[in-house]
Amino acid sequence: MIIAAANSYLERAPLEWRDWAVNLLPVPLQWLTHHLITIVGVLAVFGLFFAFTTVAERKLLGRLQNRLGPNRSGVPKFSILPWHLKHKLFGLTQPFADAIKALTKEDIVPAAADHVLHFLAPVIVVAFSLMTFAVLPFGRNIIPVDLDAALLYFFAAGAATELAIFMAGWSSRNKYSLLAAMRALAQLISYELPLILSVVPIVLVAGTLSTKTIVVNQGFWTFGFLPHWFIFTPWGAAGFLIFLVAALAESNRSPFDLPEAESELIAGHLTEYSGFKYALFFMAEYFGLTALSGLGVTLFLGGWQAPCAFLEFIPSYLWFMMKLVGMIVFFIWVRGTLLRLRIDQLTRLAWQFLVPLALLNIANAAFWVLTSHWSGPLQLVRWAVSLAIVVIPFLVMGRSLTAGYAPRTYRYAP
Amino acid sequence: MTFALILIAVLMLGSAAAAMLLRNLIHSALLLILSWAGVAMFYLWAGAEFVAFAQILVYVGAISMVVLFAVLLTRQNQVADMLIEPATRLRAISAFTVGACLAAVMASAILSSHFRPPAAAAPATDVKQIGLDLMQHHGAALLIVGVILTVALLGATVLAATEAKRNREDTP
Repeated sequence: MIIAAANSYLERAPLEWRDWAVNLLPVPLQWLTHHLITIVGVLAVFGLFFAFTTVAERKLLGRLQNRLGPNRSGVPKFSILPWHLKHKLFGLTQPFADAIKALTKEDIVPAAADHVLHFLAPVIVVAFSLMTFAVLPFGRNIIPVDLDAALLYFFAAGAATELAIFMAGWSSRNKYSLLAAMRALAQLISYELPLILSVVPIVLVAGTLSTKTIVVNQGFWTFGFLPHWFIFTPWGAAGFLIFLVAALAESNRSPFDLPEAESELIAGHLTEYSGFKYALFFMAEYFGLTALSGLGVTLFLGGWQAPCAFLEFIPSYLWFMMKLVGMIVFFIWVRGTLLRLRIDQLTRLAWQFLVPLALLNIANAAFWVLTSHWSGPLQLVRWAVSLAIVVIPFLVMGRSLTAGYAPRTYRYAP
Repeated sequence: MTFALILIAVLMLGSAAAAMLLRNLIHSALLLILSWAGVAMFYLWAGAEFVAFAQILVYVGAISMVVLFAVLLTRQNQVADMLIEPATRLRAISAFTVGACLAAVMASAILSSHFRPPAAAAPATDVKQIGLDLMQHHGAALLIVGVILTVALLGATVLAATEAKRNREDTP
């Protein structure tokens, strides 16, 4: 059954279409077209995904705040067409209207700004956040670039965002922009560490840096319905939680959105950006979020694997997209629910809580690998010890760090 | 392939030269980072993926931040806004002396080393092989480096996390 699903037409369809298109061209151009189609595919799919993420976010946040969200933009009336679609399409065309608005806005550059760097910053941030998509396995056969050191590549490509933020803040020639860029960098550097440390256990257990092999390692089911995803192990669950928090902070999402807190700072390091350059930063933020969610899905949630054996008939790339959408909706839900942290609380959470926990979790994964030959009742001992390694420090550290401060009491003005 | 190597070399050396010639320290630092990225490209060209990504992660991601923060934090003269003082003859002479000494040391090192003829088959460069080599032949060194870095990390956290300024509402 597994082999049948792996070879079904729907699994092979994207690759076969690409090969068909490539074979239409003369041989010297085939290599180039092969890669161009991959790039255009990623750009088209995730460009549209970004567009509809923004509208989903606005609509969901609207619902969470008991309002409607955007529902007005329909299809404009083109004068050459004899008919006009009057339906508003639930406001789903909103992102296209937003894009046109951003494109037609005036692009203001401060007179004292460093023009070259001011222009380069948004370009770099979008380019590098798109590069991270190259190593995500979107389906059983679909991976843009199958690298041996894929995980390292992912984090290396993400490292350039920090540089872009610095360039944006410094080139604006505005002291508030520069200060905000420093704050943003402090946050990104603080959370880079728990993010990478939370991924190390996966590398330890899977024994590879290749995202493709990591997903393959999470295949198969116990009894046909218990998937062997890494999140269903004690170290995997702990790693996933650390990864989630760090991913939220890395992508500047609420409750960690202090670099550009809309209500307090006027967009921080983006103060001097307007028009399409601002839209590019906005886009890069969503691309970064999507890529990190995709990495989370790949590493912890089984990638393109189906949750149950009998659901294998659904193509693997649809499973990946469903999990990705689930992660994004979760992030939107968090944004609508939690309050923003202060910068000292933010860095304290990273350095005093997440980093030690992530280090312990690596030891936990090492224990898990060393005891992989245990069976029978010893299996229970293995699970109990592994669970204790993450839960007890979590409770002890949580208690000691909040001792005297929690539970928080709220005082209202009389 | 050679053409790509020439392009990479021009990028690396050109950005390094521009970094030295420019008057604006931040521009110099950014060009230096571009030069490091060029080194990573060279590793990619040579087929050493792992080293290339590590180079980007460490140099472009981390050390660049140290350099940029150092430039910003040590900037003293607000009016001159990061302009380097004009070159004097003494400075020029000392710069050339240091450069000549470095060039002499490197040239002698290159000339005195004997390169083995390349093996017929390219060595396997997959990550697993690198990991096994590191763990088997340099396991102890790797362990010691890891322990030192972890202790340094924890120590830095302990030093930086001062409890004095915390007040009741600072609950993490």
